[in-house]
Amino acid sequence: MTARILLHDKILPIGVVVLAIIAIWYAAAVFLNAPFERDQAERAETEISFSEILPRTMAQERPVLPAPHQVFAELWNTTVEKKITSKRSLVYHSWITLSSTLLGFAMGTVLGVALAVGIVHYQTLDRSLMPWIITSQTIPILAIAPMIIVVLNAVGISGLLPKATISMYLSFFPIAVGMTKGLRSPEVMHLDLMRTYSASRAQTFWKLRLPAAVPFLVTSMKVAISIALVGAIVGELPTGAVAGLGARLLAGSYYGQTVQIWSALLMAAALAGILVMTVDIIGAWVNRRMGVRPA
Amino acid sequence: MSAAFLIAILFWLFAWAVNVWLVRLKPSSPSVARLINVAIPVLFGAALIALWEGVTRGFNVPSVLLPAPSMIWDRITNSPDILWTDFRQTYLKAVIAGYVMGCGIGFITAILVDRSPFLRKGVIPVGNLVAALPIVGVAPIMVMWFGFDWQSKAAVVVVMTFFPMLVNTVAGLAATGSMERDLMRTYAASRWQTLFKLRLPAAMPFIFNALKINSTLALIGAIVAEFFGTPIVGMGFRISTEVGRMNVDMVWATIFVAALAGSLSYGLIALAERAVTFWHPSYRRRAGS
Repeated sequence: MTARILLHDKILPIGVVVLAIIAIWYAAAVFLNAPFERDQAERAETEISFSEILPRTMAQERPVLPAPHQVFAELWNTTVEKKITSKRSLVYHSWITLSSTLLGFAMGTVLGVALAVGIVHYQTLDRSLMPWIITSQTIPILAIAPMIIVVLNAVGISGLLPKATISMYLSFFPIAVGMTKGLRSPEVMHLDLMRTYSASRAQTFWKLRLPAAVPFLVTSMKVAISIALVGAIVGELPTGAVAGLGARLLAGSYYGQTVQIWSALLMAAALAGILVMTVDIIGAWVNRRMGVRPA
Repeated sequence: MSAAFLIAILFWLFAWAVNVWLVRLKPSSPSVARLINVAIPVLFGAALIALWEGVTRGFNVPSVLLPAPSMIWDRITNSPDILWTDFRQTYLKAVIAGYVMGCGIGFITAILVDRSPFLRKGVIPVGNLVAALPIVGVAPIMVMWFGFDWQSKAAVVVVMTFFPMLVNTVAGLAATGSMERDLMRTYAASRWQTLFKLRLPAAMPFIFNALKINSTLALIGAIVAEFFGTPIVGMGFRISTEVGRMNVDMVWATIFVAALAGSLSYGLIALAERAVTFWHPSYRRRAGS
């Protein structure tokens, strides 16, 4: 019974949408790549029929839009068939990006949670800082990324840390905001109960506020980790395409290697999906361990 | 250690003490309370800027590393032409065109998708997934397709703003209760009447949520897309070239303009939201207290 509901509510509709996207992708690839083939035929002064154009649009060296199977072939080539240590391996580049994402995300989480704890406990901090945190959400922080990289480089700090700093900077805001909301989520009744137990502030924090904040923390961590990845990718742009998924994107755009750009893009998408899913699974596990029953 | 730093520290401590005192006040009149609510963060921000100024002056921090706020302000007031042309290129052309198109297409797609429950079940998870992806990565592709000028930046903005709008609108259209929909049925309302008189107004908080998220995303998308190639104007271009020339004060000036544009457009959307969704509980409660 549940399997049928799963099939009808999840697998079928999502499958149809994904198939439709792939079909549109193929159609667009044919449509966008055909002018080049017609141009080639015209230069060679030959007539070319549509049935001849069709297969050629899917096997161009530098297509305007590569067909899905070209991108997947490139992905397979650069992940499975290359050695992981090779500079042409996408796994190598993904690892570079992933390591700074994770470091920055960890730092951002610690900073965000610490700030939230301060904000909940000190009213002055709350009223002074919270409006600024909310305002800073409306600012395109990512614009600072190149400056952080270059400036830290000038001081002699390069490599992992500058990129991680950007990721930290981006991921700390949603965590601070979500965690503050979570720490404030216990109802007055529950707080009063803690008072009747004559619980200290620390006890109230550990036994009531923190457990209540966990679901909020998980939600904001999902947002934070995906923007931490964006931060790491953008952070790789100004260093001049050395290593990482952002560097692959930049190098691909310099040399017109569209297949490379798309494979780096899909890799980044897969990475984002895996990261968000991992946070989700860990969050669900923590919730279960804390005794939350599905409503 | 120098006089500038000491003064900054003293000002910081003074501002903090005033804030601690202000927080403890329990004014009886609501207008005074509102004034205090504004004064606290403003004072905090001023203290922060003073500390920044004091640190950069007191310790002679090289301006390449961190320019003093006064230096950045000088730069802003001295080169309004450059800042204005960059702003026009990036914001008035790319961001606004992309934002309007992306949100519009997302909204129309959502209305179409909403007609079929089957599609809705498929589009929401896929859209949610795509909204979490690093979409800025399409920037090099768009630059290849649409050239170096603002059109390619607008295209990036369209792709970035489309999915949040789609997902939020579809979710918002599903937000009406069955009671309200039954009421519309008893009125013999047509599908379009139900849409315009009940479901779209009910979806407005969701739609405005997407508009707010998108206002920041659009600016980010346009600026980052300019890192991949642009004519010699634009805020992203200015940031990446001035960073290379170590003119960090110009970078900060551009970031200031970007921040101002971001907060102002967010504020405008928030004002429009308040006007459109005046019936929503979150505003009703605020008006009462």
